[in-house]
Amino acid sequence: MLGGLYSFVSAGLFVVMNAVDVAFTEAAVGAGISTVLMLSTLALTSRRSRRSFRTRALPLLVVFITGATLIYGTLDMPYYGSPAAPANHHVAPRYLRESVPRTGVPNVVTSVLASYRGYDTLGETTVVFTAVVGVMVLLGVRRRRPNRPRDGEDGA
Amino acid sequence: MTEHLVLRVVAKLLLPLILLFSLYVQFHGDFGPGGGFQAGVIFAAGFILYALIFGVRQGRRVLPGWLTHSLVAVGLLIYAGTGLATMALGGNFLDYNVLAHDPAHGQELGIMLIEFGVGITVSNAMIIIIYMFAGRGEHDGEPDRE
Repeated sequence: MLGGLYSFVSAGLFVVMNAVDVAFTEAAVGAGISTVLMLSTLALTSRRSRRSFRTRALPLLVVFITGATLIYGTLDMPYYGSPAAPANHHVAPRYLRESVPRTGVPNVVTSVLASYRGYDTLGETTVVFTAVVGVMVLLGVRRRRPNRPRDGEDGA
Repeated sequence: MTEHLVLRVVAKLLLPLILLFSLYVQFHGDFGPGGGFQAGVIFAAGFILYALIFGVRQGRRVLPGWLTHSLVAVGLLIYAGTGLATMALGGNFLDYNVLAHDPAHGQELGIMLIEFGVGITVSNAMIIIIYMFAGRGEHDGEPDRE
């Protein structure tokens, strides 16, 4: 529930930062689909978890160190929207200037995603496909006849 | 299944709008925000809402497994096939310039094709994942019995 709310809030944040495409995805996937997925997973598994950690100090320490490292990593980041940021002067000006005459697509996000980074997007789609195949292998196999297994495959 | 009357009526009203909006996001992605990924998840969200309210079994009856399973692969094949088509026409892989006489038109056509492929794959992937997770608990007929 909190995860869904958090996704919704960050979708609003993306809209504020002019990343409407990302906000779209975040609202639909983060707030909608993954909440449903979480709930249906909860329905499948048991509700209570076993107490496994004897001490709470070690996990706390690990979380603290990881968080501190991440925050330390953001200290060097340029300010949001700063013109000196590497994101704003490597290939981005060229995309903004040339993508409309070269691709005829007014939405630069789409033209970068699909045309300039076409291989990337093909790879991403393949990742989605592979994820589905993984879920199908793990959850979706319907056994033919459990009492009469075939020669090649057995339902372990 | 006679309870949840309000939910069922509202879902039936919302469903065509969600699907229509996803198609708008898909084919208007060149001009406004959106594209294949976004349209795919919105389209899937429509069917997931349907399955939430009417049950996964009914959802599977509307959109059977063989259809979603094959469409996932079809979407990826459309994408890769576009790349192969550009190679066959003499360009590089995924070089849309050769798809039409005018390079810009070729780019537009190629982008639309691959976004369509992405949309098909993503939407069916989401639908399959949710149906499998949610449909795991309920016994849908004979074949799942141990």
